[in-house]
Amino acid sequence: MILKNVTGGIVAGAAAGLLTGLLQLAFVQPVLLHAELYEAGVLVHRGAEAISAHREWSGIDPARDGLSLLFSMLVYVGYGLLLTAAMALAPDEGGSISPRAGAIWGVCGFVAAHLAPAFSLPPEVPGSAHVDLSQRQIWWHATVVVTAVALWLLAFGRGVWSIPVAAVLLLAPHVIGAPQPEHFEGPVPQEIAALFASRALGAGLAGWVLLGAILAWLRRDARVDFS
Amino acid sequence: MITALRQKALPDISSRRMTVFVCGILGLALITVAGNVQASALHAAAHDVRHANGFVCH
Repeated sequence: MILKNVTGGIVAGAAAGLLTGLLQLAFVQPVLLHAELYEAGVLVHRGAEAISAHREWSGIDPARDGLSLLFSMLVYVGYGLLLTAAMALAPDEGGSISPRAGAIWGVCGFVAAHLAPAFSLPPEVPGSAHVDLSQRQIWWHATVVVTAVALWLLAFGRGVWSIPVAAVLLLAPHVIGAPQPEHFEGPVPQEIAALFASRALGAGLAGWVLLGAILAWLRRDARVDFS
Repeated sequence: MITALRQKALPDISSRRMTVFVCGILGLALITVAGNVQASALHAAAHDVRHANGFVCH
């Protein structure tokens, strides 16, 4: 049973990670590569000459894009295993989750792992101004954990107290505030940064919904295994 | 009868806990390696994925 659950998490994560990786290569990577030209100073925003906002597609870089697909699969296998653990923890043992309900589990994973940290620390385009990495990592991890706990309380909490506690947990990281730089000095145009953040979030939502639905479908006979 | 039920239930609970434990540890380890560890080669290889998935990167 354990082996079957672990395998389910790995297979669902690999499939969702591959699809999300392809989605990111098509929609997120071109924006990232465009930003890197400004980060490296190849293009200069607000320089002497106006720079065209349009970029030719720079083609496929087999090594770089292959590694991105591989790491996308690794990240989503990680998400898939954590989602498997959460489903097994659910009060009804998560035994009868339909693919549609699985998609909702996926949306909750997206809110905890992507949307909540992005609310105060948006996905960073290369070249953006930022403070010390470890401070941001601490805030990021804390936000993911408290948001996941809050969503769990909203879904499975029994007393009326669970709703106000969840609200406090959801709000706390943003009331405290994410570590922000003293000065904004990123060389990348704001239009590129905004497009990068929204595309990263969109691809993340697609990835998590796929992950939740595939995982639920693979675990459709889990109830039989638990009994 | 009760004993029989208990004997049947016990392995289920421990197996469920083991699922949560094993999947949780493996999942956290993978996310940490792929998303957070700053070793130079790993950072370079995972760079684009970290940015695209909203991990803090640099």
